[in-house]
Amino acid sequence: MKKLHVSTTVNGDPAEFVCTPDESLLDALRNRLGLTGAKEGCGTGDCGACSVTVNGRLVCSCLVLAAEAEGAEIATIEGMAEQDRLHPLQRAFIDHAALQCGVCTPGILVAAKSLLAKNPEPTDEEVRYWLAGNLCRCTGYDKIIRAVQSAAAEMRGA
Amino acid sequence: MVKVQLWGSLRSAADGRTEVEVEAKNFRQLLDGLRAAHPGLAPQIERGVSMSLNGVIYREAWFTEIPPDAEVVLMPYMTGG
Amino acid sequence: MAFDEYQKREFKQVGTRPNRPDGVDKVTGRAMYGADMTLPGMLIGRILRSPHAHAKIKSIDASAALALKGVKAVVTGDDFARPEDDFLRDVQENCMARGKALYDGHAVAAVAAIDAATAKAALKLIKVEYEILPHVTDVDAAMKAGAPIVQEGRTLENVPAGMSGNVTSHSEFGHGDPAAGFAKADKVVERSFKTAATHQGYIEPHAAVASVTTDGKADLWCCTQGHFFVRTLCAGMMGMEASQLRVTPSEIGGGFGGKTTVFIEPVALMLSRKAGRPVKVVMTRDEVFRATGPTVSTSIDVKIGMTKDGRITAGEAYLRYSGGAFPCGTIDMGGQAAFAAYDLEHVRTYGWNVLTNRPKEAAYRAPGAPQAIYAVESVVDELCLALKLDPLDVRLKNAAKKGTKSSYGPTFPDIGLVATLEAAKKHPHYTAPLAEGQARGLSCGFWFNFGGNTCVSLNVNTDGTVGITEGNPDIGGSRASVSLMAAEELGIPYEQIRTIVADTNSLGYNDVTDGSRVTFAVGLATIKAARDAVRKMCLRAAKIWDIDEEAVEWKDGAAVPAGPNAGRFPPMTLAEIAADSFATGGPIAGHHEVNVDGAGVSFGVHLVDVEVDRDTGATKVLRYTIFQDAGKAVHPDYVEGQMQGGAVQGIGWALNEEYIYGRDGRLQNAGFLDYRIPVASDLPPIETVILEIPNPGHPYGVRGVGETPIVPPLAAISNAVSRAIGTRMCELPMSPPRILKAIGTTA
Ligand code: FES
Ligand code: FES
Repeated sequence: MKKLHVSTTVNGDPAEFVCTPDESLLDALRNRLGLTGAKEGCGTGDCGACSVTVNGRLVCSCLVLAAEAEGAEIATIEGMAEQDRLHPLQRAFIDHAALQCGVCTPGILVAAKSLLAKNPEPTDEEVRYWLAGNLCRCTGYDKIIRAVQSAAAEMRGA
Repeated sequence: MVKVQLWGSLRSAADGRTEVEVEAKNFRQLLDGLRAAHPGLAPQIERGVSMSLNGVIYREAWFTEIPPDAEVVLMPYMTGG
Repeated sequence: MAFDEYQKREFKQVGTRPNRPDGVDKVTGRAMYGADMTLPGMLIGRILRSPHAHAKIKSIDASAALALKGVKAVVTGDDFARPEDDFLRDVQENCMARGKALYDGHAVAAVAAIDAATAKAALKLIKVEYEILPHVTDVDAAMKAGAPIVQEGRTLENVPAGMSGNVTSHSEFGHGDPAAGFAKADKVVERSFKTAATHQGYIEPHAAVASVTTDGKADLWCCTQGHFFVRTLCAGMMGMEASQLRVTPSEIGGGFGGKTTVFIEPVALMLSRKAGRPVKVVMTRDEVFRATGPTVSTSIDVKIGMTKDGRITAGEAYLRYSGGAFPCGTIDMGGQAAFAAYDLEHVRTYGWNVLTNRPKEAAYRAPGAPQAIYAVESVVDELCLALKLDPLDVRLKNAAKKGTKSSYGPTFPDIGLVATLEAAKKHPHYTAPLAEGQARGLSCGFWFNFGGNTCVSLNVNTDGTVGITEGNPDIGGSRASVSLMAAEELGIPYEQIRTIVADTNSLGYNDVTDGSRVTFAVGLATIKAARDAVRKMCLRAAKIWDIDEEAVEWKDGAAVPAGPNAGRFPPMTLAEIAADSFATGGPIAGHHEVNVDGAGVSFGVHLVDVEVDRDTGATKVLRYTIFQDAGKAVHPDYVEGQMQGGAVQGIGWALNEEYIYGRDGRLQNAGFLDYRIPVASDLPPIETVILEIPNPGHPYGVRGVGETPIVPPLAAISNAVSRAIGTRMCELPMSPPRILKAIGTTA
């Protein structure tokens, strides 16, 4: 298969890669750019472990073609902390023990950040529905919801 | 003599009894004693057994001492998740 | 021995909630999980799987695949020697079929190629000639005379003559004379239940990278609950010596028992050996569902008798479990656990394991217990309803306690069931009003808990910090709890300790992370390794002070003279002793190696409120509270996390999750869309109440907590739903169609 050349921006930095036409953005991020923070839990859009944003929109990167990244702004978990400062959500997840195995965590953090960008003061129910596409098998979600709410409160206060 | 309680399905391998007596000071001697007195138990012992000694379950531990009058119960070797 | 035992103490650090040491790696995407590893020159391996539930493999022709540009190796079952040992052979034949494909998804061949696309294309070029055989996927059908036989000759000596060849083992537990007990009952209820196979559903699919060199050495990186066991299994299959195969665990994205064995690891090793290059194999989600371990599927009959005032007079259960296409011992644990919560004069369980054309069972949290206890707790609830008795009072009246002869034989030592039930009774949840159409259910749960083989090394650095090396993958915060126990014992701050999980060459053997053993057993070994280091540090201080070793003791992180006669010296801290260690005899380390027993059984009680939508058949969980004895909660956040996570897996099992097979014997729902695990919006907050009744078998009183929480939800929810709709549910999951059918029968 003839490969495509893609120029994009990932976490604010210019990035280039070649990919096959049928390659997913997730595979390109992980295998071509070495950004393995986004995980493949299913490859079919059902688990949210691969969540990233493309031009600010939350997507399952396993369902997006790598070629669609051309000219786009991609944000992944690797870009969430600013230099050595963790994002309030990242800190809250550690403080509230909102992860056990942690494999769902990158996707959940990216999804939660995108929720708070739209809705800085969500109800618990809104958080639960927003995160319904992000499976976590370890925690039962209880501490995740608390962590998101605590980060939201902190971000509103800041 | 140690009284050893067997689970029900071992009965047929121990002359129809669910409690047998063997001379043993520790778990290893107990297993040897059981095998010698009741060869029918050998296949299960090979597959693995645990021993409960006064309510505490030991999975291996040959040299665990068995005090006189201890309650000893044989159990299948167990695994978890 | 006395040193091991629990001693009451005031804890300074154990019981607090510091941040986990691997937290930052895991929230920044830096932590390396199974699929994140790459090696230079690495090939990609993929596996061809049987589309048939049961078929003879007549031939495999891989010539076209091998001729494809970029394909470097093909592996089939014939590449492996045939192990003598039954257990190892079964694991191997589950990884790669030999002669027969035993279930839909059974691996039949594998390729390694320069990239995933080439590997995928090569799979299509492998020609497998099958002779399709009749299949059976239902446990009851497989026990009938004339059922297709999944594997011949696998029946143990304990199976009564005349049963189907699919029955591989039989077990019987209990005491007393149930018939006599039933005669004394005012009411006897007898019911039959079925529970579907469910999958552990870890979000991270299995992944492995293998690198075998021409001199016979190998390295393997994989996500596993136990890399030492992976080494044992793989070395056995590859004909290698353990010392030559180094296995390094990656971070693990969930396991719950499902990563206590191997599936792709030996295949990756064999591909690497044949190709002469490193090979990475990562499962797809479809493969995870079709070919890795679900639980047993079951069919269970329970009969219980009760007096008018709520005393159980006898209990009996017939348990038929299928662990898939291979013999499986889980039935024994179900039979022992079924009635464990009750103090019974007459109790008996009979169990059979049955082969079916399904994937080989793998452990899943408290394997075998949830199903059996679900059936028993459902019948107890039905009796409570029939006799108009309070279900908690009935459990209290019959609860197993210290001195009870358990249903599986041993007399219980101190256990926490009564305290747990009393906590539930006192809790506001139990008496909170329910609205029209809502109902409350409850259930007890039980698990044995294990200890096992454990090695821990603890190195005292010259700057006064401490490094700990342990051998159990951190699946939910165990580095934090191990560090906490070491900090407590040494008397230094938690932050000055770093705990790592080492590869198979760096430590002696560690059992897999199972049986809720890690905080208990690794904790115990850590405490003793710390005591070993403390003893050595006291000796150094004694030498410096020129006094007897016995005249020095350890207090708050420092050596101090023991009593006024020992001499007057200011405390010498760990950091001071460490700083001088090169001059006082060399580096200081403590270690401990042990096969730990005395884990102590664990009980829990769950309360749940539900509402059933009578039009759609959907059940909404409104409120959920868990009560469990943790012995001592080392890091309460992660204890709560275990309880919440286990309960939610149980909720999924009760309401939605199931392996659905078509008439063709193929799995119909091998993906998260159709195998629906609970999502955030399905659930209420999960409240937890931790009880701390010290386990006498651990220096800090710790008890395993990880498995028990998955046991009670099945019956708790079934009891609530049955009360809500006014008819007894006897099959799991209680998916909307089943509920609608049940409501239809009532109407
Ligand atoms: S991997 Fe993309 S949603 Fe699961
Ligand atoms: S923490 Fe393991 S899947 Fe969420």
